Amino acid sequence: MLRRALRLGLGRGPLSRGLGTHRGDSTLDQNGKLSEIKKKIQSVLPGGAWNPLYNTSHLPPEHSDVVIVGGGVIGLSVAYWLKRLEKRRGAIRVLVVERDHTYSRASTVLSVGGIRQQFSVPENIQLSLFSIEFLRNINEYLAVVDDPPLDIQFNPAGYLLLASEKGAAVMESNVKVQRQEGAKVCLMSPEQLRNKFPWINTEGVALASYGMEHEGWFDPWCLLQGLRRKVQSMGVLFCHGEVTRFVSSSSHAVTTSGEEVTLKRIHEVHVKRDHSLEYQPVECAIVINAAGAWSGQIAELAGVGKGPPGTLQGTRLPVELRKRYVYFWHCPQGPGLETPFVIDASGAYFRREGLGNNYLGGCSPTEEEEPDPGNLEVDHDFFQNKVWPPLAQRVPAFETLKVRNAWAGYYDYNTFDQNGVVGPHPLVVNMYFATGFSGHGLQQAPAVGRAVAEMVLDGHFQTINLSPFLFNRFYLGVKVQEHNII
Amino acid sequence: MAASGARLHLVTPVWNRSTRGIRGLSRAVGPEGSQKKGRSLLQFLADRFYDVQALREYLLRKQVLTVHQKNRPFTYIQERFGPHVAGVYFILKQGGAVKFQGKEWIRSNARGHFPLDFVTFQAVPVEAVDASGCAINYQGLDSLLALKELQSLWLQRCPHVDDWCLSRLHPLANSLQELSLAGCPRISERGLACLHHLQNLRRLDISDLPAVSNPGLTQILVEEMLPSCEVLGADWAQGLKSGPEEQSRDTASPIPA
Repeated sequence: MLRRALRLGLGRGPLSRGLGTHRGDSTLDQNGKLSEIKKKIQSVLPGGAWNPLYNTSHLPPEHSDVVIVGGGVIGLSVAYWLKRLEKRRGAIRVLVVERDHTYSRASTVLSVGGIRQQFSVPENIQLSLFSIEFLRNINEYLAVVDDPPLDIQFNPAGYLLLASEKGAAVMESNVKVQRQEGAKVCLMSPEQLRNKFPWINTEGVALASYGMEHEGWFDPWCLLQGLRRKVQSMGVLFCHGEVTRFVSSSSHAVTTSGEEVTLKRIHEVHVKRDHSLEYQPVECAIVINAAGAWSGQIAELAGVGKGPPGTLQGTRLPVELRKRYVYFWHCPQGPGLETPFVIDASGAYFRREGLGNNYLGGCSPTEEEEPDPGNLEVDHDFFQNKVWPPLAQRVPAFETLKVRNAWAGYYDYNTFDQNGVVGPHPLVVNMYFATGFSGHGLQQAPAVGRAVAEMVLDGHFQTINLSPFLFNRFYLGVKVQEHNII
Repeated sequence: MAASGARLHLVTPVWNRSTRGIRGLSRAVGPEGSQKKGRSLLQFLADRFYDVQALREYLLRKQVLTVHQKNRPFTYIQERFGPHVAGVYFILKQGGAVKFQGKEWIRSNARGHFPLDFVTFQAVPVEAVDASGCAINYQGLDSLLALKELQSLWLQRCPHVDDWCLSRLHPLANSLQELSLAGCPRISERGLACLHHLQNLRRLDISDLPAVSNPGLTQILVEEMLPSCEVLGADWAQGLKSGPEEQSRDTASPIPA
C-alpha cells in the first residue's frame, strides 16, 4: 500500500512520465513551429549553447573531469580506482568511452585468462601479486549491494615454465627475483618433473619452474562485468562511441639545455556516435588512453609522435595491433586434473579447460611470420606447423588430438620492449597511458588501474612504483626487457 | 531500527549455481513472501535516498570486516609462545577442536572457554584439527599452516573455505593423511584440482559440495589424480539423469531377445 502510494507520488505515474521525457519533438516540428521557437530562443539568449528542444540523452555529457578512452578491463579498472580513491564522494566525474559494447574484438575477453608471477622484471611481479590479491577478494572490492557475488572461476593450478639447457641460468636468476618479491615458485629438475607430471616428456628440459600459489587462470568476462557493474554503481558514466578528435592548445617552452618544446593540453574530446555522424565535444581535464591494441591511433590523434624523428616530440607510442591464435582441442588420453598452465621452452603453451579432457593452447609467432592483424580469422595451418609439433613432443599424449575450435584475439603489442606504458605523456601533459601490456594486460589490470589513478590524483605512484614504465623510456631508449617473454 | 537491520538483506545468501557467472548480469531473485515486500521497499528507498544506500553499503562492508577480524592472527601469542601454540589457540578460539599426539581432544565448551594447559605442549606435535563449521578463511589459514605435523584436518561445512584456501594447503603435503571438505559451500572442482600436491593423502572426503558442477566426474578425476587415496564422495551416478527421450525409446523398443 505504502509502496503504491510512494510510487504514485514519486515519479512513476503517467503524469510525470509524460513531462519527464523529451519525446514528441517530431509532432511539434510538423508545422514548422519548432524552428520558429528555436529562432526566438536564440535571439533572446544569443551565444547560449543550451538548447532545450533537442533530445540529447543518447549523447555523452558535455563536461567530464576524466575521459577514459577504452572500456576494456584496464579502462574500467582505472575508472574503479579513480572513484575509489577520490577524496570526497562524487568529487570526480568519470566518462568511459567504449566503441564496442559487445566486446567482440576486445583483447580482454578473447584472452586465455592466465595470471602468473613468473616474470623477471620486479614491477611485473608486484603488479601480478597485487592483482591476485584483488581477484581473491573480488567480492569485497567489487561488492554491489543487492547483486549476487561474483564467481571469478579461478583455477589455482599454477604455471609450469620449462627451460632448455640454454635458458636454465636465466630461469634460475628469474626465480630468485620472483622469490624476493614474494611469489611462491619452486624449481624442479627433470627427474622431479617426471615424478610429479608423468605425462611430460622431459627430453630437452634442463630446468622447470612451477608456481605453487597465486597462479592459474580465471574468467576474464566475469572480471570485466564485475568491474562494469561496480563502476556503474559508483556513478561512472558510460558512452558508446568513438573518439575522433582531440581539441588541444599548445604552448612553447624552452628546456634548460636550450631546446624548444611544444607543450600540449587537451581541452575537448570529440566523441562520435556509432553509425552516425553525430558527435559530442566533451570538455575534460584529463584523458586516459586505455584503448589497448588501438591506443597507438588514439595517441596519434592527440599529436603524440608528430615531430622530427629523434626528438621527444617525434617519439610515437610504439603500441601495435598483433593477432594471436588460441586453439581449443580435445584429447581423451591427455593429462588430468592436475595439469598446470604449461609453457614450453619453444614458446608453445597449453592449459586444461573444464573437466572433459579439453585443452586450450597456442604459441606466439616469430617477428617474420606475424599474421596480418586486419581481421580475426584463424590460420589453422599455424597450429599444424608451429603449435602442435612442440606440444606433441612435450606431451606424447597430444599426438592424437582433435582441434574443436579456435579463435584469434589482439595483443596491445609494445614493439619497443613488450611491457606496459603507464603514466602521463611528457608533452601532451594531460594524457595518461595505461596500455601496451603485450598480453599481460588482463592479469595486471587491477594493479595498473590503481597506479594510474594514483598518478592522476596524487601525482606520483604510491602502491607500486611503476616509474620504469613511464613514456620517457621510448625517448631515452631504456628498455624494460622481460627475459623469457612469452 | 534493529528489526529493520535484521531484514537488510545485504548479500544474496549463497552463490546460486543455476545462474552461471554473472554473464546475464541478472539481479538476484529476491526471497518470497513478506520478505520480498520488505526488500522491494528497501530497494526502493535505497534507489532514491543516498543515506539508505550508504547505510547498506556500510553494513555490507562491516559484514566482510567481521570475518576478517575473526581470522586475524594472534601476534602476541605468536611472539610469546611461538606459531605452533598460536595456531592451536586460533583453532580453539574459532570453536574447533585440536588433538595433540598421544593426548585427548581439546575442545571449547558451550560458552567458548577451553583449558589453557596446552601452552606447555610446545614440543608435542598436533596430530589432528577439527575445524568443522568454523569461520576460517584464507587469511586464517596462516595460523593453521604453522602446524607442520598435522595428519588429519576436518574442514566440514566451513562457509568461508574456498578454492583459494585449498591452493594453500601444499606446505602440509608431507604430513597430511586425512582431509575432509564435506559440505563446504564454496569449494568447486577448480580447487580440488590443486590437492594433487598432497601426495600422502590416504583419505579425502569431498561429499556434498554444492559448487562442484559434476560431482561424479570430479570424483573419478580426483581418484585418478590421487591414486593412493580413498576418496569419499557422491555416488558416481548422482549427477546422471536419464533423459526423457531415452525412457520413451526404451518403452518403444522391442524386448531384446
